[in-house]
Amino acid sequence: MTFEQFIFYLLGAMAVISGLMVITVKNPVKAALWLVLAFISTAGVWIMAQAEFLGLVLILVYVGAVMVLFLFVVMMLDINLAQMKEGFTKYLPLGAIAAIATFAMMYMVLGPAHFGLEVTGNPVQHPADYSNTKAIAVPLYTTHAYAFVLAAVLLLVGIVAAIALTLRRRAPKEVLYQDINKQNRTSAKDRLTMVKMEAVVEKPVASKEEEGK
Amino acid sequence: MIALSDYLIFGAILFTISMAGIFLNRKNIIILLMSIELLLLAVNTNLVAFSHYLNDVTGQIFVFFILTVAAAEAAIGLAIIVLVFRNRKSINVDDLGSLKG
Repeated sequence: MTFEQFIFYLLGAMAVISGLMVITVKNPVKAALWLVLAFISTAGVWIMAQAEFLGLVLILVYVGAVMVLFLFVVMMLDINLAQMKEGFTKYLPLGAIAAIATFAMMYMVLGPAHFGLEVTGNPVQHPADYSNTKAIAVPLYTTHAYAFVLAAVLLLVGIVAAIALTLRRRAPKEVLYQDINKQNRTSAKDRLTMVKMEAVVEKPVASKEEEGK
Repeated sequence: MIALSDYLIFGAILFTISMAGIFLNRKNIIILLMSIELLLLAVNTNLVAFSHYLNDVTGQIFVFFILTVAAAEAAIGLAIIVLVFRNRKSINVDDLGSLKG
């Protein structure tokens, strides 16, 4: 076994074990943390397949953003752990049988008989100064520019949807809100009334001499 | 040298694990979402491996877009979970059967 294979199998075993822990641990917080480990070791596998940019993006975007979001949500919600694991043992035989059957079928297609080194030949090994980022960037911004813009629009839709879904309008009794439309529609007429009234002419004040009398 | 079948079998193992996760954790929406993330990761591993062996970078561009869609999906899925929890004080799948006739 070469050193390269050793690293690959180590990362693969880490990913598989943490994947198993994700689906078996009781606490969703721990499941999220195991999923982080699964992502990191899979990123290592991708880097071994010379997809360096995607491996780093997986760590930055998934571990850095998506999993932190998961942890936020899991910790915000008050989850009944005992209730959540109901039926785990009940469905275990069915799940195990389905998983093993699926894997057996996949192995027959994807196994070494069809995709071994003797069949596919060795992959192209790029030199050390080869830039995977550049190799992705050039077709991304030329051939796939339209899809790239669509992805940007999709992310915008994601932002708007997430905000629109979770924005909460509470009852007016609890919180006071500004109604910007109403504020803009007001004019001077609504707030100021002009009252016509007779001018009152005061009588001339009597002189002190008359007062003294 | 790592054979292409090694990468593909690694992806298949991750895929079946997360599929089993969907079977086993049908009460817990959050673990279901995590299993779906793992499922997408397994599929992406296949694309990366084929891209490496065919020496064609298009597979990696595909993975890039799949990551974008998966991130948006996770954000909206979690927003929906927060919304469900706020309205029903529970995210147990069994409590969400009010559309049942």
